[in-house]
Amino acid sequence: MKLGSYILKRSLLMLLVMFGVLAIVFAIVHVIPADPVGALLGGNAPPDVVERMKEQLGLNKPLFDQFVNYVWGVVHGNLGNSIQSGRPVIRDIEEYFPVTLQLSIASIIISIFFGIFLGIFSAIYRNRWIDHFSRIFSILGVSMPVFWTGLILLLIFYYILGWLPGTGQLSLFIIPPEKITGMILVDSLLEGNWEAFWDGLRHLILPAAVLGYAATASIARITRASMLDVLNQDYIRTARAKGMPKRIVIYRHALKNALIPVITIIGLTFGGLLEGAVLTETVFGLPGLGRYIVNALLVLDYPAIMGGTLFIALVYSLVNLSVDLIYAVLDPRMRV
Amino acid sequence: MTLTEKISDFIEKRKPILEDWKHTFFLWKRTKLAIIGTVIVIVFVLVAIIGPFLIPYDPLSQNMSERLQPPSLRHFFGTDQFGRDIFSRVISGAMIEVEIIIIVSIISGGIGLILGVIAGYFGGAIDEILMRATDMFLAFPSLILAMAFAAMLGPSLINTIIAISLVGWTVFARLARAEAMKVKTQPYIEAIKALGASKTRIISIHVTPMCVSPVLVQLTLRMGTVILTAASLGFLGLGVRPPLPEWGAMVSDGRSFLLDQWWISTFPGIAIAIVVLGFNLLGDGLRDIMDPRLRR
Amino acid sequence: MNGALLTVKNLKVVFHTYRGTVHALDHVNFTVLKNERFGIIGETGCGKSVTSLAIMRLIEQPGEIVEGEIIFDGKDLVKTQENTLNTIRGREISMIFQEPLSSLNPVMKVGFQIGESIARIKNTSIKACKNDIAEVLRAVDLDPDRVANLYPHELSGGMAQRIMIAMALSSKPKLLIADEPTSALDVTIQAQIMNLLDDLVSKMNNTVILITHDLGVAAQFCDKIMIMYAGTAVEQAKTEELFANPLHPYTKGLLKAIPRVGNRDRLTGIPGSVPDLVNPPSGCRFHPRCPNAMKICSSQKPALMEINPGHLVACHLYGDENG
Repeated sequence: MKLGSYILKRSLLMLLVMFGVLAIVFAIVHVIPADPVGALLGGNAPPDVVERMKEQLGLNKPLFDQFVNYVWGVVHGNLGNSIQSGRPVIRDIEEYFPVTLQLSIASIIISIFFGIFLGIFSAIYRNRWIDHFSRIFSILGVSMPVFWTGLILLLIFYYILGWLPGTGQLSLFIIPPEKITGMILVDSLLEGNWEAFWDGLRHLILPAAVLGYAATASIARITRASMLDVLNQDYIRTARAKGMPKRIVIYRHALKNALIPVITIIGLTFGGLLEGAVLTETVFGLPGLGRYIVNALLVLDYPAIMGGTLFIALVYSLVNLSVDLIYAVLDPRMRV
Repeated sequence: MTLTEKISDFIEKRKPILEDWKHTFFLWKRTKLAIIGTVIVIVFVLVAIIGPFLIPYDPLSQNMSERLQPPSLRHFFGTDQFGRDIFSRVISGAMIEVEIIIIVSIISGGIGLILGVIAGYFGGAIDEILMRATDMFLAFPSLILAMAFAAMLGPSLINTIIAISLVGWTVFARLARAEAMKVKTQPYIEAIKALGASKTRIISIHVTPMCVSPVLVQLTLRMGTVILTAASLGFLGLGVRPPLPEWGAMVSDGRSFLLDQWWISTFPGIAIAIVVLGFNLLGDGLRDIMDPRLRR
Repeated sequence: MNGALLTVKNLKVVFHTYRGTVHALDHVNFTVLKNERFGIIGETGCGKSVTSLAIMRLIEQPGEIVEGEIIFDGKDLVKTQENTLNTIRGREISMIFQEPLSSLNPVMKVGFQIGESIARIKNTSIKACKNDIAEVLRAVDLDPDRVANLYPHELSGGMAQRIMIAMALSSKPKLLIADEPTSALDVTIQAQIMNLLDDLVSKMNNTVILITHDLGVAAQFCDKIMIMYAGTAVEQAKTEELFANPLHPYTKGLLKAIPRVGNRDRLTGIPGSVPDLVNPPSGCRFHPRCPNAMKICSSQKPALMEINPGHLVACHLYGDENG
């Protein structure tokens, strides 16, 4: 199948899935709790207050109508207003998502770089010390809970050693840059505000490392396994029989094949990053989308919950779609 | 036939399976990591079951005169802000994790197996519907979906179990479906159909057992993830709530005391890390053993 | 020796596996003359592929060459450095393998893979070699416009093997090693490929080592044949001589096992099975299955000796010093 029709097919599929996602999100918030408003207001609220709240939230209409209204709203970019902030949820997302995005990008860069690097060398120097170190490092990475690792590193590097700053995005006395993209590092660069850039970077190191650790471990493991697998293949033997020097064999013949499963893992780890971001932002006090959703869940801010979860599902799906497309570009056998 | 003849006949018929098991055991012994993982898991389960009878203090009882004590011979892991002994709480918490793992595995594995087998065997529209449904569930990062379920249901142990199960079944459904599709095309299924077996009989007696094995392996591989998810929910306040000594919730408890009383958060976290490590090592070893290329 | 291109002396190769050390090759000796077509025949596991990989110095851990010399064009390859080996592989010695479809890199176009070798030799970019690639493809009866931009999974087995041959012969190597080139192909395609090889090799005058388990193919293609069993060379002779006058009991067994047209008798096999090379039989490795086994066969390994001119056997039945 040609690349173009493959892209089209996958995109249409994604739209269908997103509709289902809408339904699930709606069901979670409206169908599961027995009494949504009661939970929100506490058990002793006077009935007329409850009724007013219900009307305000549109909860007294039949379920189906509510769903239709919701879908209609979403399609027009209206995700309702947050009960907590009073603002449209879209504005909240606009404010908080860039923080998560910055954190995720920093983590993914760290983890792809270190992960692939470790994985390749682990495979080439199989069973030597770098391999053992890498494997122990990796398996610890996927075993330790992210929130705990974050706390411990915070304890060590901030409280005890004082090398790195603590929670938050910027120190108190630093003037934050003008908001263009919402990502502090990017905005400071655009403004030429080196103080803010440097301070922001120092605040980002710890959370990005913590978040990236599990991802690095995953990527290193799969790169090693994939590389070992590829190096055993017949076509690598052919390349060597043609007299290709080892470096060319590894980087031209083996790597492209070995990276194919790695790309899929990168897509999966991005999902892990989004989950981890929730926990990392909570531990490090970063005002990102993850922490927003957690707060919304704790106070049962329904529109915020729905909007936030929906948005994350959308981002996650887009990333997975991109990964599948990259896969199809890299591996001609996949364009089926 | 005499009894001895019956017994030897029974063993004869099972010989190939016994050989296979012997070979698996042989491979398991050679994989150091799998052994370490198994040991950790066994110790964990033993601690969960026997531990509560051996701990020095009641995990729930408070003793304000002993609050915020550092680790000592009296309190191995120190005490928290309510004077509760952390060591006893960590040990008692093991049982909570075991309960979670077992029940979640049964529910999500069961649902996944049944739905997957049905979809794989019947194919067509049923299959499409199941695949799209799993796609929709998998469009969310799993922790986030579990968080949403847990929050809506209300934080508690039971709801944590339900939430994690609702998110986890998709993987098993896909696995079971793939196996069922493979089994469906086997010649012996044709033969049984020709002999007049009903669909129910075919599915339950012939197809499903073949799908159980990969699902079981995957269940073991995912047990570590289940613990991490439950702990994360506990940490965020959406899962098992204090005073129950769930490890994730305990880590969260100690956050405000992190600087001076680091032990409150640290020890429960170490417990989580060790147990998940054990399951991951066991799972990795299991996967290596099952790899047909290595089974020589 | 005059005109010898490759001399293998006392080659011993082992593999260290978790089950023990596999004695894959046990003091193998043979010589291939210039422009000769040398066949190595044996059953699966007899060490013929290991021999070819050893010549190319492609034996990697857990395998190693423990003893022996591989003298190619005056140089001992066992002692040669990797950098120099890379100038010999693909240029002076080329190799084609048994499974052509998995021997080609699945994510690279076929033309690119051919061009890679050519470009390396001419020291230019692959782009500049377009014409050479086309020429090479035409030489194996493939249409360059159709084929050069295809990926390996879009080819048939026969086409893939032609590509491998094209790649191997593009550098006009002195020695071509063909390791079971037709075993994975259909019978009709087999004939095509062997004919193609025959044509090309005649034109270019390469020396060829053909490895196969098919006596018929070897009989048609090779000038000289070496029979291997369980990691040892048991007999070597010119093709006609070998088929007319087989000396080693194993060779006799092999020839008897070939079904003959018109003959409706039961097929005769060789009783027993190929030995475990972790614990090979003592003395002559064939003695447990040999109908003519003598007492000395289980204790002393027979040396390869010339019984008739050009005909060597490793068997205690012949030319024994003890009479």
